[in-house]
Amino acid sequence: MVDCVKKMGFEETELRLGLPNANYGKRGFSETVDLKLNLSSAEIGLDSAIDLKENNFNKEKNLLPSSSPTDSVKPPAKAQVVGWPPVRSFRKNVMAVQKRTDSDEAEKGTGGAAFVKVSMDGAPYLRKVDLKMYKTYKELSDALGKMFSSFTIGKCDSQGMMDFMSESKLMDLLNSSDYVPTYEDKDGDWMLVGDVPWEMFVGSCKRLRIMKGTEAKGLAPKAMDKCKTRS
Amino acid sequence: MAYSFPEEVLEHVFSFLKTDKDRNAVSLVCRSWYEIERWCRRRVFIGNCYSVSPEIVIRRFPEVRALEMKGKPHFADFNLVPEGWGGYVYPWIVAMSVAYPFLEEIKLKRMVVTDDTLELISKSFKNFKVLVLSSCEGFTTDGLASIAANCRNLRDLDLRESEVEDLSGHWLSHFPDNCTSLVSLNMSCLGSEVSFSALERLVARSPNLKTLRLNRAVPLEKLSNLLLRAPQLVELGTGAYSAEVRSDTFSNLTEAFSACKHLKGLSGFWDVVPAYLPAMSSVCSGLTWLNLSYATIQSSDLIKLVTQCRNLQRLWVLDYIEDSGLEAVAASCKDLQELRVFPSDPFGAEPNVSLTEQGLVSVSEGCPKLHSVLYFCRQMSNAALVTIARNRPKMIRFRLCIIEPRVPDYLTLEPLDTGFGAIVENCKELRRLSMSGLLTDRVFEYIGTHAKKLEMLSIAFAGDSDLGLHHVLSGCESLRKLEIRDCPFGDKALLANAAKLETMRSLWMSSCSVSFGACKLLGQKMPRLNVEVIDERGPPNTRPESCPVERLYVYRTVGGRRDDMPGFVWNMDQDFSTFRDSQEQENGN
Repeated sequence: MVDCVKKMGFEETELRLGLPNANYGKRGFSETVDLKLNLSSAEIGLDSAIDLKENNFNKEKNLLPSSSPTDSVKPPAKAQVVGWPPVRSFRKNVMAVQKRTDSDEAEKGTGGAAFVKVSMDGAPYLRKVDLKMYKTYKELSDALGKMFSSFTIGKCDSQGMMDFMSESKLMDLLNSSDYVPTYEDKDGDWMLVGDVPWEMFVGSCKRLRIMKGTEAKGLAPKAMDKCKTRS
Repeated sequence: MAYSFPEEVLEHVFSFLKTDKDRNAVSLVCRSWYEIERWCRRRVFIGNCYSVSPEIVIRRFPEVRALEMKGKPHFADFNLVPEGWGGYVYPWIVAMSVAYPFLEEIKLKRMVVTDDTLELISKSFKNFKVLVLSSCEGFTTDGLASIAANCRNLRDLDLRESEVEDLSGHWLSHFPDNCTSLVSLNMSCLGSEVSFSALERLVARSPNLKTLRLNRAVPLEKLSNLLLRAPQLVELGTGAYSAEVRSDTFSNLTEAFSACKHLKGLSGFWDVVPAYLPAMSSVCSGLTWLNLSYATIQSSDLIKLVTQCRNLQRLWVLDYIEDSGLEAVAASCKDLQELRVFPSDPFGAEPNVSLTEQGLVSVSEGCPKLHSVLYFCRQMSNAALVTIARNRPKMIRFRLCIIEPRVPDYLTLEPLDTGFGAIVENCKELRRLSMSGLLTDRVFEYIGTHAKKLEMLSIAFAGDSDLGLHHVLSGCESLRKLEIRDCPFGDKALLANAAKLETMRSLWMSSCSVSFGACKLLGQKMPRLNVEVIDERGPPNTRPESCPVERLYVYRTVGGRRDDMPGFVWNMDQDFSTFRDSQEQENGN
């Protein structure tokens, strides 16, 4: 029963790109309510001039199509909406660490979160992510992709390291106008995200900056060296 | 005048008035009462830091000893308010460092607190006693070191759920050896390990310590050392509740717990190893609060524990407890007043535990004093909600989160309007409501009709039209805070009920259908409201007037527009429209 409901909900749900709630006018406000507003007075207030028609919700037993969630280019099997379900970050973190410790060695986890600021060139405001909520670069990439659209983290293999990337592929990525994530480590150096094993990254990352590929060229030498030493 | 009391007498009478409501009422009687009252008001609560300026507060209440204040809107907890939005407490501290040298208490929620702020606090108020930072951010452990080092009479240091940049655990060692005044220490949100010997010595020299909430890094093996030095504790938050299973650790822990005859609240419980749970058996019957919301243990272990806690009033737990566990709670915990069930896997596509609406129904049946509920689950029915409503007409807070948005009654596939309608109709004292699932405008009609005591309402992915919003704004007489996301509510209801907004603390609307034009109109017509648009796409006047804004935050204020708005927040007052629009006209746009 629950599955059936879920499937129905999913089919009816339209995932769309673009502005949140770009379907203004869709539900035909004028069909349902007629509010006469007394806007000529100095104050807009409640007044008895409001005349409300009965809503025809009785006709609509179907599930309502959703307003477009502000979401990613590649919708996963279950669309994750920002801030939903309403669970505080430190609670999400606990679960992520628990899952890890089940499968890996038991971590003497610090238990704290690892919040880092994320800025993206051209975006007007910063965001924060808790790195401990993710287990791999791919997960982080997906989450950042949702926060900032038109964004690529480059290709990561299943282990989440860019070690397979040949010099030419790297140069292609950096030459494109795609965005590349970089981070400032504990020493104050700016590095390309994906250079080091995930746990090391979480431990050393102080802040993230998503910059244009062309601008990140200066960071390429370190990545190049690493490519060479591995191949 | 012959019949008036001397001031001292009135002041003495007023000293028995504790609540703001009473003091505010007294202030309205006449000018002389207003004057007397304002000089003897010692505690000030400011629900929205931008509703008033520090200068106004200081001018009216010159002798304040305790300040409690809140900053960001509630939805900031779920990342809906961007970084840098505001809520800075520093200007308040600067002003108060001059005006209130005898300030003793600062309690903040969702505010940005910097290390400079903490240092200023620690140096400005000689008699500073209580610092509570709830869900705050912006400071590091260096700031805590200033507080520890400089506040000679510190009683409470409570960092509940704050986001602290954890540079090291060294801050704790800054408490001087002659600091013996500590009553409450909550460091549970911190990550780094503190020096255990420093902690132990601090606890040993604090005879009045009643609340000690440790962080995860404090190992279980050492917990008994602390407990033996603080058997007077009333509230304990453990660190990680795991260790190699050893009988000496176990017996030490058992002994330590049994020495704590006054323990009423327990929390912590990260990484629980179930074998160690029986060590706390001796305290269970005295517990009134149990927070197991980090304890990832199975239902059977949870049941064994909870059924021993017959005097429990507040239980926070993960959904691992399952319906069967909640049935056990309903049978054992007859004094239960508050239940919070958190999701263990909120983003999983499929349910991972057998927790349904039935668990909540059982508790509502078995626990006659239940009045506060926060419940995450994956299915709900109108029938269940109606049952709960009829069982518990004294419900005060009801927050239900069905994890998937817009999910209907799983039995009938209908909207959950009837169910929530029953809640508001039966629970006449309801003050707070959060809804989820499939909901049409009809539920809002019920709310507007019945929820006359409702003060806070949270709505997400619900409703069909402006009629829904109109019902709420026109019907809910006691409404103070309204927060809405992803609902098709737009201009008409908002503008028609503009005056209502002055009777409320605040309104939040994100991903709704309110147009820039309507926001401007609201801002122009209502000078005592700050109408703030938050939009990442740039200035709202670079888009058509009919274009909906991303986020809208409206709040009443006597402080005027705020001067710390970041680049992505715009105030829709007179200046904004006339200045920029006329600029455009001049530029021939």
